[in-house]
Amino acid sequence: MADFLQLFISGLATGSIYALAGLGFTLLWQTSGTINFAQGEFVMLPTFALLAFSAIGVPLPAAFALTCVLAVVVLGWGFKRGIADPLLRFGSMPVVVATLGLSIALRNGVRAGYSAEAHPFPSLFGDDVFRIGRVAVTSVDVGTLAAALVLVLATQAFLARTVTGRAMQAVAQDTTSAVVLGIDVPRMIFYTFAINAILACAAALLIAPTYLAKFDMGESLGTKAFFAAVIGGFNNSRGALLGGLVVGVCENLAAAYVSASYKDAVALAIFIVVILVRPQGLVGQRVERKV
Amino acid sequence: MTRQPRWLIGMVGMAALLVLPPFLRSYGLYLLSYWLVFVIATMGLNLTVGYAGQASLGHAAFLGIGAYSVAIVMKAGCSFWLGLPLSAVLCFVVGLGLGFPALRVQSIYLAFATLGFSVAALLVMRYEEWLTGGTSGINDVGRPSLFGLDLGGNLAYYYFVLAVAVVVAALLRGVLRSPWGKAFTALRDNPIRAESLGIDVRAYTLLSFAIGASCAGIAGALLASLVQFVDPTPFGLGVSFTMYLMVVVGGSGTFFGPALGAVVGVLLPEWLRFAQGWYLTAFGVAVIVLMLWLPGGLLSLPDRLKARAIAASRPRT
Amino acid sequence: MTAPVLEVTGLVKSYGAIRAVDDVSFAVMPGEIFGVIGPNGSGKTTMFNSVLGQIKPSAGRIELDGRDITHLSPLQLSRRGVGRTFQSLQVFGRMTVRDNLIVAAQEHRGTMLGRMFAATDNGLGPKADALIDQFHLREVAHRRAGELSYGQQKLVDIAMAFMSDPDLVLLDEPCAGVNPVLVDDIARLLRDLNRVRRRSFVIIEHNVDFVQKLCHRIMVMVEGRAMAIGTPAEIRANKHVLDAYLGN
Repeated sequence: MADFLQLFISGLATGSIYALAGLGFTLLWQTSGTINFAQGEFVMLPTFALLAFSAIGVPLPAAFALTCVLAVVVLGWGFKRGIADPLLRFGSMPVVVATLGLSIALRNGVRAGYSAEAHPFPSLFGDDVFRIGRVAVTSVDVGTLAAALVLVLATQAFLARTVTGRAMQAVAQDTTSAVVLGIDVPRMIFYTFAINAILACAAALLIAPTYLAKFDMGESLGTKAFFAAVIGGFNNSRGALLGGLVVGVCENLAAAYVSASYKDAVALAIFIVVILVRPQGLVGQRVERKV
Repeated sequence: MTRQPRWLIGMVGMAALLVLPPFLRSYGLYLLSYWLVFVIATMGLNLTVGYAGQASLGHAAFLGIGAYSVAIVMKAGCSFWLGLPLSAVLCFVVGLGLGFPALRVQSIYLAFATLGFSVAALLVMRYEEWLTGGTSGINDVGRPSLFGLDLGGNLAYYYFVLAVAVVVAALLRGVLRSPWGKAFTALRDNPIRAESLGIDVRAYTLLSFAIGASCAGIAGALLASLVQFVDPTPFGLGVSFTMYLMVVVGGSGTFFGPALGAVVGVLLPEWLRFAQGWYLTAFGVAVIVLMLWLPGGLLSLPDRLKARAIAASRPRT
Repeated sequence: MTAPVLEVTGLVKSYGAIRAVDDVSFAVMPGEIFGVIGPNGSGKTTMFNSVLGQIKPSAGRIELDGRDITHLSPLQLSRRGVGRTFQSLQVFGRMTVRDNLIVAAQEHRGTMLGRMFAATDNGLGPKADALIDQFHLREVAHRRAGELSYGQQKLVDIAMAFMSDPDLVLLDEPCAGVNPVLVDDIARLLRDLNRVRRRSFVIIEHNVDFVQKLCHRIMVMVEGRAMAIGTPAEIRANKHVLDAYLGN
C-alpha cells in the first residue's frame, strides 16, 4: 500500500508536467488551428537556455525570467510569424510537416551545437524525503505537483476571469463571431502563442531535474501532452490537467504492476478507449456533428 | 496540358532508373533501392492521406509489420515468395483495423490515434523477443531468387525492387482511375455530400487505410531482404513522421508526388552529409523552407509557374 | 387515389427544450412538386435533415412508398432512390464537372468489388453528357467545378442530384444566391425533369414567386410547425400565411 501511494504521488508529479505541455498545445490548436509537433522541443529548448544562463553565472530566478522572455520572442512570436501565419491558410498538412521539420532541426541542432549528453539540472525543491507513516514522499514530487497545479489553475483563471482571457476563449470558439465583436483576433492568437511558450518554460524548469536535460527529452513529451489533453477533454482547459494526472498516475502504476516495457503504451491505450467511447473527453462538452 | 510534360519527365526518369544503376557503386545502389522501397510505401500512404484525406502518422508500423513478416517466415524456412504476399495481406487486415478509429474521429485525433498505433507496434517489436528477437533483431534475412534467377546481388535486387515498384504503381494507378479513385476523392473533399450520393463512406475510409497499409507491407518485405537484417530502429515514430512528410512535400494527392517526396526524405539527408553533425538540422530547416515556399508540395511548382506566366502575360491595368 | 411517395407523420426534432421541428406531417404524391416555405429559422432545413437521416428525429415516422425509413442513414436513402441537394454549395471542387456528375451515381451501379475493375466512368458517361447538355454546362464540362461561377456550380450541384435517376428529390434552396435569369432556367429544368417520369420533388425555397409558379402544393412552416398546406392559390388566399410573412 505504501508503494502504491508513493507511485501514485510521483505519477501525479509527472502528470502535472504533461498537463502543462498539453494545456499550451490545446490553446494553440483551439485559437489558431496550429498543430505543433515540435511541442516537446519547445520544452527542451528552454531547458538548455536555463543551463546556458546558469553556466555564465546567472542565478536561477533571473535565468528563468530571461528564458521566458527569450521563449516568448522566439517560440511565441517567431514561431507564429515564421511558420504558423504563412502556412495555416493552406490547411493543417503544411503546418504539421513544417513543425515536424522544426522538431528535427531543433533536436539535432542542440545535439550538434551543444551536447549529445544528458546534463544534470538543479532541483528547485531540494531533495528532501518526507515520511508520512510508511509512505516516503520526495520534496521534488510535491513541489513539482504544487507548482504545476498553481500554473494550470492560474492560466485557467486568466482565461475565465480576465477580459483578455475571455476574448481569447471567444476566438477559440468562433473566430468569425469574435471578429464581429470587435476582438483583435491576431493579438489574441499571439497571446496564446506567448502563453504556450511560457508554460513550456515552466515545464522545462520542472521536468529537467528528474528527467535530465537532453536533446531528445522532448520526443515523447509532446505526444503524451496531447494524449493527456484529449483524454481530459480538448475543448476544456481543466481537461488537460485531469488528463495529465490520469496519464501520469496510470503510467507509473502500470510500469510497476503490469509491465515496465509497455509504460509508453498506457497513455495510448487510455486515449484509444476515450476517443472510441467518449470522444469529447472525460470533462469535455459534446459537440454535435455539423451538417 | 501540363499532363504531357509530366509524363515525359516520368519516362525519362524511368529510363535513367533502368540504364544508370550498373554504373553506380554499391552504396549508391543501396540508396537507390532504399529510395524505391520508400516510394512504394509512400505511394500507399499517399492514397490514404492525399487522395482519401485521412490523417495517418503511423505508417512506419506497416513497414515494420511487412519486414518482420518476411524475416520470420524466412527464418522458419519458408520462401520469400510466401512472405511477400503474407506481408501485404497481413498489413491489409491490420490497416482495416486501424481504419476503425477514423470512422469515429477525424483530423488531429486521428493523427494521434495512428501515431499511437506506431508507438505500440514499435513496443511489440522491441519487447516481444520470442517473436521479433527484441532489440538485437533478426539476422541473415536472405534474398529470393525468381525462376532460377538469383536476386542476391545488389544490382539484381535493385532491378527486382524497381519491378515491384512499377507493378505497385500500375495497380494503384488502376485503382485511382476506377470509380474507387473518384470515391476516395469525394470522401476527402466532402464526406457528407459523398454519403448523400450513395458513396459508402465507411467502407472507403477503411479501404483507404487497408490499401495504403498493404503497400507499406510490401515495401517492408522488400526492405527486410534489402538490408538482410531486421530490428526495430527503422520503424520508429520518426520514420512514420518522415513518411508523412514525404507525401506532403512531394505533393499530396498527386500520382508522382511520393517519388519526389521520397527523394527529399531519403536522398536529401545523404546529400547533406557534408554538413556532418549538422546534417539533420539542415534537413529540418530545408523541410521548413520548402513548405514555406511550396505549401502544396513540390509538384505544385508547375501550377505555380503557369499561374505566374498567365499573370505576367496579362496587360497591367 | 394513389399512395404517397413520401409520407411524414408527426415529425419532431427537439434540442433540449427547443422544438426545432414540432409535429410536422405531410405527404408527397407521385409526380408532385411539393414546396416548403417559411421564414428563416422556421425549421425547414432541420425537417429536411431529419427526413434524410442526416440528423436523428426525436419522434415521428417517415415512409417511402409505404415502407418505414425513419432511421435509415443518408447512404441507405440514397440507395433507395432519394436524391438531395444541400442549402450551401456542395460540389467536389477539385474534380471536373463531368467527374462530379459521374461520382454522383457511380455507386448505384455494380458491386463494390466490381467497381474497382470498372471503367473510369462506370458506364455513366452518356448519362452525364446528357445532363451536361440539358443544364448547358457543355463548355465547362472538363473544368474543375471549384473554378466555375457560383451559378454554374449551383447547376452542377442540382444536376448531381439527378444522376442516379432518383424517384424522390429533396432540394434545399436551389435558387439561393442565383440571379433572376438563372432562377427561371432552374424552374424550367426542374419542370422538365419532373415531366420525364412521375418523379416527385420537395423544394425548400425563399423565392416565393418561384415556388408559386413551380409547385403543385406548398407547405408553410412557422416556428417549427406546418401552418398551412395547400395549392398555390389556397396559400395565396390564406390570411394567416400573409400575417406570418408580412404582419407583426
